Amino acid sequence: MDYFLELCLGGLTRGSIYALIALGYTMVYGIIQLINFAHGEIYMIAAFIALIVSAILTINGFTGVSILIIAAVIAILYAAAYGYTLERVAYRPLRNAPRLSPLISAIGMSLFLQNYVLLAQTPDFLPFPELLPEFEFMDPVAHLIGSAELVILVVTTVTMLGLTFLIRSTRLGKAMRATQQDMTMARLVGINVDRVISLTFVLGSVLAAIGGVLVGSYMGQINFFIGFMAGVKAFTAAVLGGIGSIPGAVLGGVVLGLTEALAAGYISSAYEDVFAFGVLILILVLRPNGLLGRTVRTKV
Amino acid sequence: MLELRNVSTFYGPIQALKGISLSVATGEIVTLIGANGAGKSTTLLSISGVAPPKRGEILFEGSPIHTLPAEKIVSLGVAQVPEGRRIFPQMSVRENLEMGAYLRRDNAGVARDVEKVCELFPVLAQRRQQLGGTLSGGEQQMLAIGRALMARPRLLLLDEPSLGLAPLVIRQIFATLQQLNREEGMTIFLIEQNAHQALKIAHRGYVIENGVLTLSDKAQTLLDHPDVRRAYLGG
Repeated sequence: MDYFLELCLGGLTRGSIYALIALGYTMVYGIIQLINFAHGEIYMIAAFIALIVSAILTINGFTGVSILIIAAVIAILYAAAYGYTLERVAYRPLRNAPRLSPLISAIGMSLFLQNYVLLAQTPDFLPFPELLPEFEFMDPVAHLIGSAELVILVVTTVTMLGLTFLIRSTRLGKAMRATQQDMTMARLVGINVDRVISLTFVLGSVLAAIGGVLVGSYMGQINFFIGFMAGVKAFTAAVLGGIGSIPGAVLGGVVLGLTEALAAGYISSAYEDVFAFGVLILILVLRPNGLLGRTVRTKV
Repeated sequence: MLELRNVSTFYGPIQALKGISLSVATGEIVTLIGANGAGKSTTLLSISGVAPPKRGEILFEGSPIHTLPAEKIVSLGVAQVPEGRRIFPQMSVRENLEMGAYLRRDNAGVARDVEKVCELFPVLAQRRQQLGGTLSGGEQQMLAIGRALMARPRLLLLDEPSLGLAPLVIRQIFATLQQLNREEGMTIFLIEQNAHQALKIAHRGYVIENGVLTLSDKAQTLLDHPDVRRAYLGG
């Protein structure tokens, strides 16, 4: 029983990270029907920024949680700038082009950013400092869930609640929903649609950056390729939940994380990806729009 | 209040408007009638900045607006009720109305105007929490008009508000437009295929064919005009 619980908590932790990154895919897709393949790279770049900043801070005598917070904030700012620039450079000029063009542009940006980091840094794995704090009060349950996992779960949950509030209740959130539902009408009520799209990329990048810092610290090492695999998994989570649906991305992430953890725990960790993608295929066969995806009805 | 000078608008290589010139004075109801594909909707989208003209000028209260982005034009006081109503389907009636007031910052005023719109269209008051997509066609049209009014426009543009609605509902909506014009002095530019209804409430009218204006006169004169009768009023 303890083993099962441990696997579930581990799966939840992993799934919450997938969900965080999946939100970026799904928000962008919801508004401009584009799969932003370079989204995983933003996550990877944020992890590198956090690594560089924490190295600098450590040299200058900073310690503990202050490093984590400063590194995370700077990584988030960098990621936001990257996300904004990405949209301006690679997608906005193609706004009225056929749908395949921005998709190819997205793959191009993904390869470019990966190779840029490969050249600027190194192809090898770099050790990432353990920034997540260790709590003593966690000792009695340490065999089920570690401090780092608890921090990840709390941070991702709070972030997602914040996002839900933002989308439901703020002016920007309303503008995002209106743009998603009818872009022309959004312009006719006075919404600056270009700005909403930019801010959607910024928001998605912020979420990816939070994920990047958490995972970097949790896994203890990063390289230029981590964004690709995380991107594939998060994209899977987004499709699983129903791409374009925000609760769907969260649910998809959790389902994917749990599937992987249970498959790794009971069968073999060599097969966890097989099960992850197996679940994706199964759900796409049974529910082609994903778990919470809406059936698109074309109204005449 | 509104003046179009020699406006030409293109969709890619297709020229939808071929040098349109027209004007709407403060306090008027002006209608533009024409068949499907004549360029009626394009005219409104050009005014609103969604399909900016390639040539010509659009002036609102004397200053050019054809180079401004759509949201600037709304903020100057031009609101549109678009073709097909375009209600935000996943938002409640109340949220749809609030979206109409997106550029306004006076929350108390917005809340008061929601009540005003609900008085104007009592059926919306009952449906306040219902999702926009679940309303009937007539209710959606009323909501679309209400949403445009939420911007406190000085010029109201309407694109075929009668489309697909029952005659009774059409009469009700046109009566409301006339009431808005008479009681609040709202300037209205109305586009219609339903020429009879439109000309009955309008002061002046224009006829558009294949992107060119072919007639322009007082509404009553157009109602009696043999060409208009033959083409748009069934003899």
